Amino acid sequence: MAATTDSLLNRSAIRPANWPVRFAWLAFALYFAYALSHLELTPARFFAGLDYGYKFIAKLFPPDFHRWELLLKGLKESLEIAILASVLGLVISLPVSLLAARNLMPTWVTWPARLLMVLCRSFHPVIIAILFVKAVGFGALAGILALTVASLGFLGKLFTEAIEEISLKQVEAVRATGAPFMSVIAFGVLPQVFSRFIGFASYELDSNLRNSTMVGIVGAGGIGGTLFAAFQRFDYDFVCAIILTIIAMIIVGEVLTHAAKKVFRA
Amino acid sequence: MRAGNPPRIRGFPQFCNPAASIESPALAHHTSYAAHIAGSQTDAALAIRGLVKAYVRGKPVLNGITLDIASNGITAIVGPSGTGKSTLIRCINRLVEPTSGEIIFEGRNLVTLKRSDLRAARRRIGMVFQEYNLVERLSVMENVLSGRLGYVSPFKAWLRRFPQSDINEAYALLESVGLTVYAHARADALSGGQRQRVGIARALMQRPKLLLADEPTSSLDPKTSVEIMTLMRDLSAQRSIPAIVNIHNVELARRFATRIVGLSGGAVVFDGAPGALSDPHLKQIYGGESWLDGRDN
Repeated sequence: MAATTDSLLNRSAIRPANWPVRFAWLAFALYFAYALSHLELTPARFFAGLDYGYKFIAKLFPPDFHRWELLLKGLKESLEIAILASVLGLVISLPVSLLAARNLMPTWVTWPARLLMVLCRSFHPVIIAILFVKAVGFGALAGILALTVASLGFLGKLFTEAIEEISLKQVEAVRATGAPFMSVIAFGVLPQVFSRFIGFASYELDSNLRNSTMVGIVGAGGIGGTLFAAFQRFDYDFVCAIILTIIAMIIVGEVLTHAAKKVFRA
Repeated sequence: MRAGNPPRIRGFPQFCNPAASIESPALAHHTSYAAHIAGSQTDAALAIRGLVKAYVRGKPVLNGITLDIASNGITAIVGPSGTGKSTLIRCINRLVEPTSGEIIFEGRNLVTLKRSDLRAARRRIGMVFQEYNLVERLSVMENVLSGRLGYVSPFKAWLRRFPQSDINEAYALLESVGLTVYAHARADALSGGQRQRVGIARALMQRPKLLLADEPTSSLDPKTSVEIMTLMRDLSAQRSIPAIVNIHNVELARRFATRIVGLSGGAVVFDGAPGALSDPHLKQIYGGESWLDGRDN
């Protein structure tokens, strides 16, 4: 027995050759070359593009903040959409991710929960927003619903993965005390994932802030509608003002989520 | 939820019934040391009958274990790695599902208990783990109080609302394990020995009728190991809780146990007082003999 395994060992290599991995890399390199050749990405095309870009940027400046009331209204609405959708998404994804965690639940519970999250994640927020605009009409409600669904998809997946990575030894010890299931969750599971949840939730808020500026393009409320209208009217200086405002909002959001993480010692 | 109710005792305790004992084939050829020192089987805090556990069908790790655990003292289970010591301990509180056999505790067969009955039984059995298994991100106090989770409703557990009597007891226990100043420190800030002290406090917080310890000193240095074993012996003796301790350090077992059970190949090969454990027995338990040479004592 020992002799046969020894004869199979290649003593000159650090590790055995992994042909499937080599093949995968080769296939990827071939596809990349194919895609590049297909797009006719020539230097001439590239420099022509640079020229258009230069003219566009010249039109953007100086930014025009004259219609600041319109700007502020859109911004407020975007912020509301982002925060409400994040909170709703968080509240719904907590129980769903617990149901989807394969280390806590039997398969017949996890797969419907996982299916729900996959469905929520399978479309871009803008596409979901279009659906909701058709379903509940124009305005912020459609945006909130669309981003809630998107948040459920992503937070649910991240939360589930965090729960699946916990130390089961700690859970086992709580279980051994005779604790009922919900108490095991409260003392054995959540403490292990809480700080990661805070991190994910703040990331999702950040991402929703950006998405909330976009759902407006399809009529689901927020500053995106204002931005899109300005583009349509070639009001590039107003476009610039809106873009700068969005950047400022994202930065402020970043600072706030950082502060929130610090408070929770995440 | 049946939190707060004492475990119900159904019917006549099976291990008191001589007829049932005689019918058990495993018992017929096995002379129980517990019965011997306790004088009578009715004193047993725990009775294991023909316990079999096979993770893979047809390859049992435990091969029909029959043991009576007296209502006081420390029973040390010694044996080589992989012989099923952990499995045996975990079968008792069903962290591992036994394949067959009976485990009688407080008049009920733990092997057949379902859900809330199992939880009610578990909360009467404290457990100390090799790697302490504290919830790292909770405070020491929360970890100790988690020993009461079987008695507190989940709602109150989420809100961390424990009865004041439990909180007082938790502080008293922390004092007896010498960790009062760390009550509000996070568990992952403690050293190994300190964590195991918290683990012992958590187990005792259950006010258990049986204490299980799965290699409680294997992750600790020799001095701390002795301290932890002393603490476990003293605290369980104070509360007259019988303890079953898996331990691979034979010297520690000899020093602290009132009874030693030698496990090998999933069967009991030695069962007796620590003084009776001799080199031939160790040879039988662990196999070989070269490791026994060159010892100081």
